[in-house]
Amino acid sequence: MKKQVSHLKEFTKGLWEINPIFKQILGTCPTLAVTVSIVNGIAMALATTFVLVFSSLMISLIRKLIPGQVRIATYIVVIASFVTIVDLVMKAQFPELSKSLGPFIPLIVVNCIILGRAEAFASKNNPLRSVLDALGNGAGFFIALVVMSGIREILGSRTFFGYQVLPNAFEPWLIMILPAGAFIVFGLLMGFSNLYVERKKNLEREALISQYRRVGREEITEEVLKEAGV
Amino acid sequence: MELLVIFISAALVNNFVLSYFLGICPFIGVSNKTSSAISMGMATTFVMVLTAIVSWLLFNLVLVPYKLEFLQIPSFILVIAALVQFVEMVIKKVSQPLYRALGIFLPLITTNCAILGLALLAAMREYGFLESVIFGVGAGAGFTLALVIMAGIREELDLADVPKPFRGAPITLIVAGILALAFMGFAGMI
Repeated sequence: MKKQVSHLKEFTKGLWEINPIFKQILGTCPTLAVTVSIVNGIAMALATTFVLVFSSLMISLIRKLIPGQVRIATYIVVIASFVTIVDLVMKAQFPELSKSLGPFIPLIVVNCIILGRAEAFASKNNPLRSVLDALGNGAGFFIALVVMSGIREILGSRTFFGYQVLPNAFEPWLIMILPAGAFIVFGLLMGFSNLYVERKKNLEREALISQYRRVGREEITEEVLKEAGV
Repeated sequence: MELLVIFISAALVNNFVLSYFLGICPFIGVSNKTSSAISMGMATTFVMVLTAIVSWLLFNLVLVPYKLEFLQIPSFILVIAALVQFVEMVIKKVSQPLYRALGIFLPLITTNCAILGLALLAAMREYGFLESVIFGVGAGAGFTLALVIMAGIREELDLADVPKPFRGAPITLIVAGILALAFMGFAGMI
């Protein structure tokens, strides 16, 4: 029997530990495409989180009824239904936003985050945990999109939420609002997040080694280090 | 002439990968080796053309006449999933060498957003039948081109001294950014 993790942990792990964008590298297409402005980024993140939470809940509720062979097809139908809801609501309520996001709202269907969580988590866990996991992953996606679109909007069009934040003397970096800028910002962010994780790991490792030296125990072995997860 | 513009636009100017950001997952995942990039590109192009045909027929002969446009998303994705499965079975029966070359890539294509994106974009732009097919061919050619170029660069990149945290996906994305800049040179063509 696997050790049960706390409910809070189910939520917080999605924020950083298994952040869908930086760690699992899932759902990269919308991350690159819609992050030209922060409003678009937030709208996309909210739409995806809505679909993620409700499809996780639904799949978790019916997980014992789905035969194993057709589970992927079932997940896709459930996800597609919620995406249709979001698409129609956005078209009716926010026609302009829906136009600027273009085909990327319907494309939430094939966003690997949602199918990934359905297969890896919601199909094996109870509804409460599945919803928390979905909320956590949605929040992680939200954070990544806000950071990406914030950088691109400030440097690319001098604005933040549509308000000008940089002086006119600052020449906007046109590349940031072009597709090329999306790839480069995303690549740099991912690289720096790897760098941060590696630094932290090295520090923890050194702290453990020096702690061992201080108490005068035998030389630290690789197995001990591995067990401590550093 | 109109058809040529659609082809060039889908293949080069508005390249699916580098300017619409469709199909990024295989672009990062399968661009390690040139040979597998070519196979993946061919398999994707094949499915894209079939999808363009089937989704056009479905949308214009079934969904529109019966006013079922709201079912567009679920019906397209189901058609694509069924189509991929069907293609896999046919290839397996008809040609073993082709199956060995494309086989493992076919299941991956179902969740490739370039395929669904193609069907949705063609319906959104109200393309005619022939236009949809040409759009599919162009998008497939563009996808293959981007994938093969990327694989070629990555084979060289393996020998380069990349800082450790940037190895793998991050450097691939940065290279893709430079590639996207290069593809902007085609913007003047149409």
